[in-house]
Amino acid sequence: MATLIIPTPLRKFTDGNSVFEASASDVRGLLEALSSSHDGIQKHLFDDDGVLRSFIRVYVGDEDINELDGADTKIDDRDEVSIIPAIAGGSK
Amino acid sequence: MTYHDITFSKEELERYSRHLIIPEFNIEGQKKLKASSVLVIGSGGLGSPLLLYLAAAGVGRIGIVDFDTVDASNLQRQVLFGIQDVGASKAVAASKRLESLNPYITIEVHDTMLTVDNARELIRKYDVVADGTDNFPTRYLVNDACVLENKVNVYASIFRFEGQASVFNELLQDGTRGPNYRDLFPSPPPPGLVPSCAEGGVIGVLPGILGSIQALEVLKVISGVGDTLSGRLFLFDATVFTTRILKVRKNKSNPLNGENPTQTELINYDQFCGIGVKSEKQREVAEMSVHKLDQWRKDGVKHILIDVREPYEYGIAEMGGELIPLATVLESTDRIPKDIPVVVQCRSGARSATAIRELEDVHGYTNLINLTGGILGWQEAIQPELARY
Repeated sequence: MATLIIPTPLRKFTDGNSVFEASASDVRGLLEALSSSHDGIQKHLFDDDGVLRSFIRVYVGDEDINELDGADTKIDDRDEVSIIPAIAGGSK
Repeated sequence: MTYHDITFSKEELERYSRHLIIPEFNIEGQKKLKASSVLVIGSGGLGSPLLLYLAAAGVGRIGIVDFDTVDASNLQRQVLFGIQDVGASKAVAASKRLESLNPYITIEVHDTMLTVDNARELIRKYDVVADGTDNFPTRYLVNDACVLENKVNVYASIFRFEGQASVFNELLQDGTRGPNYRDLFPSPPPPGLVPSCAEGGVIGVLPGILGSIQALEVLKVISGVGDTLSGRLFLFDATVFTTRILKVRKNKSNPLNGENPTQTELINYDQFCGIGVKSEKQREVAEMSVHKLDQWRKDGVKHILIDVREPYEYGIAEMGGELIPLATVLESTDRIPKDIPVVVQCRSGARSATAIRELEDVHGYTNLINLTGGILGWQEAIQPELARY
């Protein structure tokens, strides 16, 4: 099963879990498996047209999927997929 | 004057001796530090370790931008400050601390908010910028001003137990500039999706770790020693203790320096980040001042008070309300009467207004009143012995 790393701002949808595992052949399948098993997370990942939102990045290993085949990037069981959100904290 | 002309007193040589004996750094690196200037934006959680280490390391001129004053809730992580500084200007208090740490450098105080009007002029006067701010509009403002002024932006950001760091817009060997924040995140999340530290909390040590990494990267950018985080994003998750380093690449559609740049000056960053847009859409709710509630209580006016905060907030301070967290109000109508006035309260008044709108929409309530300013307003005007958070 491929591993998906959930960032802190989205863990409120995953009962606090930082890792999600599912069998999927590409990035889209893995994100859809996450969305269908966790209510409310879908709209934070995709816009109404099903396009990944511009304030999150998705990586397979250390490479941005935009440099690969986007959401169609193939994955296998050894891959670690990360959702990287924009966060802004620092001062207050 | 170039860094070659820099000289050191005996006291400085002794102070910096642990740098001078590193073969790759030596007195050349130290001269570069003394000849350089760094603008640190925000002297809070990240800015505290950043400023302390940059001053200790001997960066010749350090500017501090901060408009805020020191609050007691800052001391859990902002190690620049002590109890005697509460209420004082952060930039001024920070400069005093740094001057006592290292009298051989120059500290410049900018006790002001970084804005579209002053950002480029301020940034222009320094060699390197370190971004320790706490909100998306200022993050994009700092990034854009650095790109437009050709300055390196050493970046870090934190949320609860998680941190990110990178080096943006660094001058590379081939004469081009490395990726910047807009290559990584072309646009910010909508307001409210990612809470700030004030709303979401942050573990005290985390800014110490990320701010120290920022300080280290600043020293590497200036000295040219080693490989910086340019083109890479460092991620740290303290809850499970994992670190990752991901590649950051230039984005052809970057509006500042992509293939077809469309942005040649600073823009309205509140608008860009959607701030002030959302509130227009929200319906107003009935409001009540903390003074009026105080009078109701004194006069024995029949009502009940609902507190829609979380249990962990209730534990810090409460004002006698019945605890029904926002997420559960719609299922708790058996505890919210319709026949007497119900005052709804949270920390500052935003969540309670949301609760009222939801209850009105879904269950047809007409007797709900929002406590303006929430428990913070109540603490300030009526019950000063309560803890603020």
